[in-house]
Amino acid sequence: MDFSLTKEQAMLKKLAAQFAEEELEPVAAEIDETHEFPVENFAKMVKLGFTGIGVKEEYGGTGGGMLEKVIAVSEFAKKCMASAATLSIHLIAPHTIQDFGTEEQKQKYLPRLTKGGELGAFALTEPNAGSDAAGVKTVAVYDEATDEYVINGTKCFISGGARAGVLVIFAMTEPKMGTRGMSAFIIEAGMPGFTYGKIENKMGIRGSETAELVFEDLRVPASNMLGKKNGGFKIAMKALNAARIGVAAQAQGVADEAIALAVQYAGERVQFGKPIAALQGIQWYIADMATKTEAARNLTYYAAWLADSGKDFMCEAAMCKYNAAENARFVVNLALQIHGGYGYMHDYPLERMYRDAKITEIYEGTAEVHKVVISRAVMNK
Amino acid sequence: MRIYVCVKQVPDTSGVVAVNEDGTLNRASMQTIINPDDLVAMEQALMIKDATGCQVTAVTMGPPPAEGMLRELLAMGADDAILISAREFGGSDTFATSQIIAAAITYTGLNDEDMIFCGRQAIDGDTAQVGPQIAEKLNLPQISYAAEIKKEGNEVTVKRMLEDGYMMIKQQTPCLVTCISDQDSHPRMMSIAGINAAYKKPYTVLDFETLKDEPLIELDKIGLKGSPTNIFVSFTPPLKGIGVMLEGNDKKTTDKLASMLLEKHVI
Repeated sequence: MDFSLTKEQAMLKKLAAQFAEEELEPVAAEIDETHEFPVENFAKMVKLGFTGIGVKEEYGGTGGGMLEKVIAVSEFAKKCMASAATLSIHLIAPHTIQDFGTEEQKQKYLPRLTKGGELGAFALTEPNAGSDAAGVKTVAVYDEATDEYVINGTKCFISGGARAGVLVIFAMTEPKMGTRGMSAFIIEAGMPGFTYGKIENKMGIRGSETAELVFEDLRVPASNMLGKKNGGFKIAMKALNAARIGVAAQAQGVADEAIALAVQYAGERVQFGKPIAALQGIQWYIADMATKTEAARNLTYYAAWLADSGKDFMCEAAMCKYNAAENARFVVNLALQIHGGYGYMHDYPLERMYRDAKITEIYEGTAEVHKVVISRAVMNK
Repeated sequence: MRIYVCVKQVPDTSGVVAVNEDGTLNRASMQTIINPDDLVAMEQALMIKDATGCQVTAVTMGPPPAEGMLRELLAMGADDAILISAREFGGSDTFATSQIIAAAITYTGLNDEDMIFCGRQAIDGDTAQVGPQIAEKLNLPQISYAAEIKKEGNEVTVKRMLEDGYMMIKQQTPCLVTCISDQDSHPRMMSIAGINAAYKKPYTVLDFETLKDEPLIELDKIGLKGSPTNIFVSFTPPLKGIGVMLEGNDKKTTDKLASMLLEKHVI
């Protein structure tokens, strides 16, 4: 058993850390304040190849797999959770197209997403279909005359949805069949009938734009169906399983940074004549934070390794996401506590990190849904 | 056309600086970085590569772990890398180092259209000697303090920065240029495609056996024994005292200030 990264992975970690420090950190507080998607930083991610992680070079990607995604996303999350979320969620679209697309679809869409500068989005959630994908109300009706699907419905809480050039969306092609009647489609920004609704005002990750998507007689060529007709649920679950490891990486990064900030502050803050780091109460906080975070990292790496090895990783993806997200909240909370009043102030990053960390317990499946997935997997072994 | 970029691994002075009992730096216990001015030299070379498609070769002298730095430069965009590494070269001062690097460049080949770029100086020794010494040993013209470099054919135009202005210099190649950073010079980062290629690009180790018969190598002038520089003591200079504050906005105060500055030969 070898826990070390390859030389290339170690270099990627260094690059991602440098990028996060030099490009993401300087704007993290500002985009949180203004709620603006950092267009320039996304362009820089494209230039350096981050947007092609996990995609084959023949499609404009930069190779690697889930572990490379985890490395980059967690380094980004140390300095800017919103940017980490942007990369993590963007990659779902090219990965899903690579996994399920036809050769023609891959040739057409992957280079645009990997190196062409277009943002990707993944749209499954609807007002009445969050954890329960069977509740999807968006419908796609086949028009034989034009060989198109006519899509009507609304998607909500779609990260990057209003910025994306290429989106993977889900609609019912056989509404009576529930999840077995759902299909996936690739759609593009600017298609007639595709408009945007509300941009959400969120508690955290405010630099990652969350949009409502509206489809009104959106006509999509039948050739844009991703995978088989009525095979959408399987695609959605595979994509979400992978995405969960990305969320664990976000949670990992914010926890790592919170520990670093807490250790630094505890060493500098003098009360009763000595740094608070000399107090055992603080030391025990740090010990708990570090131990749980290291355990979370290893579970996340393990899930990524399973995914990269072609093994089943559904249960471990749920475990690592559930665990890392809960840990992020635990660790950021204690780091803020160690900072006392300063931690509560807007001028310190922990206040933002505290708000940002919470989302990891909610999106790409709530903690409760993960417990369902995990318990089923464990009890049905 | 080929540009050699000479680079050095230096201690990260933002971390802990450790000194051995003999006064030399305890490099093993410190984190290392690529010397900042050398990164600027690499960026200048890569910009010329972007414009002309020339070959960029990273060169360093150091122990085997210096490979990590060279691979990062390959990931930034250098085409190949040369590590000059041998026990016999260890402990070399600037005089000995420049001799060995000059010999390595001669061994590898320096053509009429080629150039050698160095950083102005390294943040550990701050001597700014190795670049100019390489030029002397190769009998090449040298331009120091370069902020902009443009290459056309066998002619290079360099903006050479001075304290209170700049010079524009035209020079035939081959030549050596030492580069400084200015507000506009931001060395590029590695790219992921570059990282993927870094361990596949040509990487050469030149050892003592390979270089010892080069005409530029004088065997009694390499390594610690052959270096004319010896460190007798290294110390942290004492902190300067608190400055003198003069208060007042009248002529008397300014006269007093002027007389104090005159006394210290500042004006």
